[in-house]
Amino acid sequence: MSAVFEQIFQVGFLAAIIRIATPLAFATLGEMFSERAGVLNLGIEGIMLLCAMAGFTAASLSGSLWLGVLVAVLTGALMGALHALFTVALGLSQHVCGIGVTLFSSGLAYFLYRLIFGQQSVPPSIDGFKPVPIPLLSDIPVLGPAVFNQFTLVYLAIVAVPLAAFVLYRTPWGLSVRMVGENPRAADSAGVSVIATRFQAVILGGALMGLAGAFLTMAQFNAFTFGVVSGRGWVAIALVVFGRWDPWRSAGAALLFAFVDALQLRMQASGLGHIPYEAFLMLPFIFTIVAMAFMSRNAVAPSALLKPFRREER
Amino acid sequence: MSAPLIEMRGITKSFGAVKANEAVDLSVAPGEILGLLGENGAGKTTLMNVLFGAYAPDAGEILVEGRPVAIHNSADALAAGIGMVHQHFHLAPRLTVLENLLIGIPGKSGRIDRARGLARLNEIGRQYGLSLDPNLPVSALSVGEQQRLEIIKALFRGAKLLILDEPTAVLAPSEVDGLFAALRSMATQGLGIIFISHKLNEVRALTHRCVVLRHGKVAGRVDHPAQTTSAEMAKLMCGHEIVPPTKEASSPGAAVLTLDGISTSGHAGTPLRDVSLSVRSGEILGIAGVSGNGQRALADVISGMLPPRAGAMTIAGKAVARFSPRELQALGLGRIPEDRMTTGLVTNLPLADSMVLPRIGTEAFSRKGLLNPAAIRAFAEEQIKAYDIRCPGPMVRAGALSGGNLQKALLARELAFDPKVLIVSQPTRGLDIGAARFIHEKFLAMRAKGCGIIVIGEDLEELLMLSDRIAVMYEGRIAGTLPSADATVARLGLMMTGAGHTEEAA
Repeated sequence: MSAVFEQIFQVGFLAAIIRIATPLAFATLGEMFSERAGVLNLGIEGIMLLCAMAGFTAASLSGSLWLGVLVAVLTGALMGALHALFTVALGLSQHVCGIGVTLFSSGLAYFLYRLIFGQQSVPPSIDGFKPVPIPLLSDIPVLGPAVFNQFTLVYLAIVAVPLAAFVLYRTPWGLSVRMVGENPRAADSAGVSVIATRFQAVILGGALMGLAGAFLTMAQFNAFTFGVVSGRGWVAIALVVFGRWDPWRSAGAALLFAFVDALQLRMQASGLGHIPYEAFLMLPFIFTIVAMAFMSRNAVAPSALLKPFRREER
Repeated sequence: MSAPLIEMRGITKSFGAVKANEAVDLSVAPGEILGLLGENGAGKTTLMNVLFGAYAPDAGEILVEGRPVAIHNSADALAAGIGMVHQHFHLAPRLTVLENLLIGIPGKSGRIDRARGLARLNEIGRQYGLSLDPNLPVSALSVGEQQRLEIIKALFRGAKLLILDEPTAVLAPSEVDGLFAALRSMATQGLGIIFISHKLNEVRALTHRCVVLRHGKVAGRVDHPAQTTSAEMAKLMCGHEIVPPTKEASSPGAAVLTLDGISTSGHAGTPLRDVSLSVRSGEILGIAGVSGNGQRALADVISGMLPPRAGAMTIAGKAVARFSPRELQALGLGRIPEDRMTTGLVTNLPLADSMVLPRIGTEAFSRKGLLNPAAIRAFAEEQIKAYDIRCPGPMVRAGALSGGNLQKALLARELAFDPKVLIVSQPTRGLDIGAARFIHEKFLAMRAKGCGIIVIGEDLEELLMLSDRIAVMYEGRIAGTLPSADATVARLGLMMTGAGHTEEAA
């Protein structure tokens, strides 16, 4: 057993956690912004898939990875705007529209991918992002190679967490987002546009989901497959609850999930071969359910989550 | 006299065929407290929403300090110096006091300007004697403090005119005094105040002048409210004299409801602690208290929705073995809940369905597990006629009715089955004088027929008028019980704050 653990806990393991956590962190922060403004975005799974496809395609056709990232972010923002149009401007059911957005985005991603790349026996791949070691910091033992010898998008995710906390808690816009998610009428009577603030938050959320998708096809797998997202969007929704709608806690939740996921990957590869690998695959999800059951009891959602705002209604 | 702070000229606003406001003129001078009186639906709220920018008037203009202004939304209103304290507070409970103040205020170099916010909060605290801890979450504030925060919020944004929509409805008597002191201090420092209320004694005590609205028009103006009697003002509001119902002496019989040492737990709000009380047949027991002192738990226990942790209850002499609304109803309990719209009836269903809901499974309305629509409809039609419920018919969506008519429907639904005990919460909250009068008469008629009634309420004048005895709740206990002949608003008010325990045999 100790050999198994030795194999598991090493520098590569730490690095794997960080890498698995990155798309989850982007997606979780994106969903958090949306929900803090009062809009549940169940479109996240499909938006991530479409952005993963769009970013991959743009990078593959243009040869520029950063153009790919930009396209993914813009696609995410656009899909966020679509979800906001339905749920904020028209005040339709956030559940139904979110599932609609996921179905639409997924279908669109499959369709466009087939249209552009045709059916190939081996999926086309690109030369994805390469790790960029940060001078000095990457020389720190253990932590250095694991955290500071990573993709630029990973660094971006690490910066995104405190930045999200700053925006949410320290800026007037962040206060407006929290207020429209708690009591839109209060924000409205203070002269804050509820509709505009919610649109902005959902669009920002979509853009962050776009980054999550871009990371999958341009750093993690360097190819697009139909299963590339495989439930990460749904997990992000759970992680937002687990992280109690707070950027720091949400990032922590993403790291915890990534830890369990990295662990099960190692366990699959290690000498526990007599157990079917599907059993290991389940572990992170079982962990999420158990964690949710214990942690989300005293988590309190933004009061106006799921509630459309119509001014004339009293 | 200087130019009025605010002047509204010829304001007319229609919703479809209904004229909510018709050629209303109104002005407030600096330092003046103007009362705006009127029954529900008289157009007070519409008029103030026009002033605050929520509705655009069809005709008329608004002048601020002599200059015409266009107010299209609340931001325009705030910019023009108009602040409003709504009846339902516009606060985010989980954000702090300071965050609630700073919402919508531009920051300094991209950040929230906490320092300036704190300075301004202190300044308002000194100037008007209104202070609050800036770092407390709003959910930790009492209702009175939340209202203070709403007032501070308006002042924070530089309001020169403050509109208060029924501000005393949510306050305890002692808090009302504090509010009035603050409002008077603001007025002496040059602010204008519009005080909306239908409580005539408050308007007489506080305001300098009043405008009375009826059916959207100005029905009258009172220049010296303090020297005008409540009866005169009530007449202006309703268009006719209002005679309080006469309460005849009754001789209470045997106890129809007793609570013995009831305690509860696991309930949202204040739990009950060792509550014992009894109501006799032909008696009305008033339950007074500042909202949130266990009244809801008491109503829920008596109506069978909350099984107590300890203690015993009897209805009409029979011990209650199982706490369930249906069980208690079978024993002879009738209940009119506090919130008509959420626990009272199903707003999206036809009125007739809501009216039979508590007895939907009984012989009268269903046979062999199938509903009997004809019987349900007939019952509803009968009650609509008997109680003069104004509605297009029994199949209309219940939520479309006005508050007074909904309350009549709820009353009809319970009284049709001759309950031995009736528990009602806030029976006339939000109702106009006419509808409230109707409800009161029905209670007194039930009392004469030998029904025991418990009225949980916050309006002490109403409790004094209806009740034979009044019990005061404080922190989940009965702080004391008084025969209403010995009770006064002042004495009850004192007991409601936990002072002056006068325990008498309940």
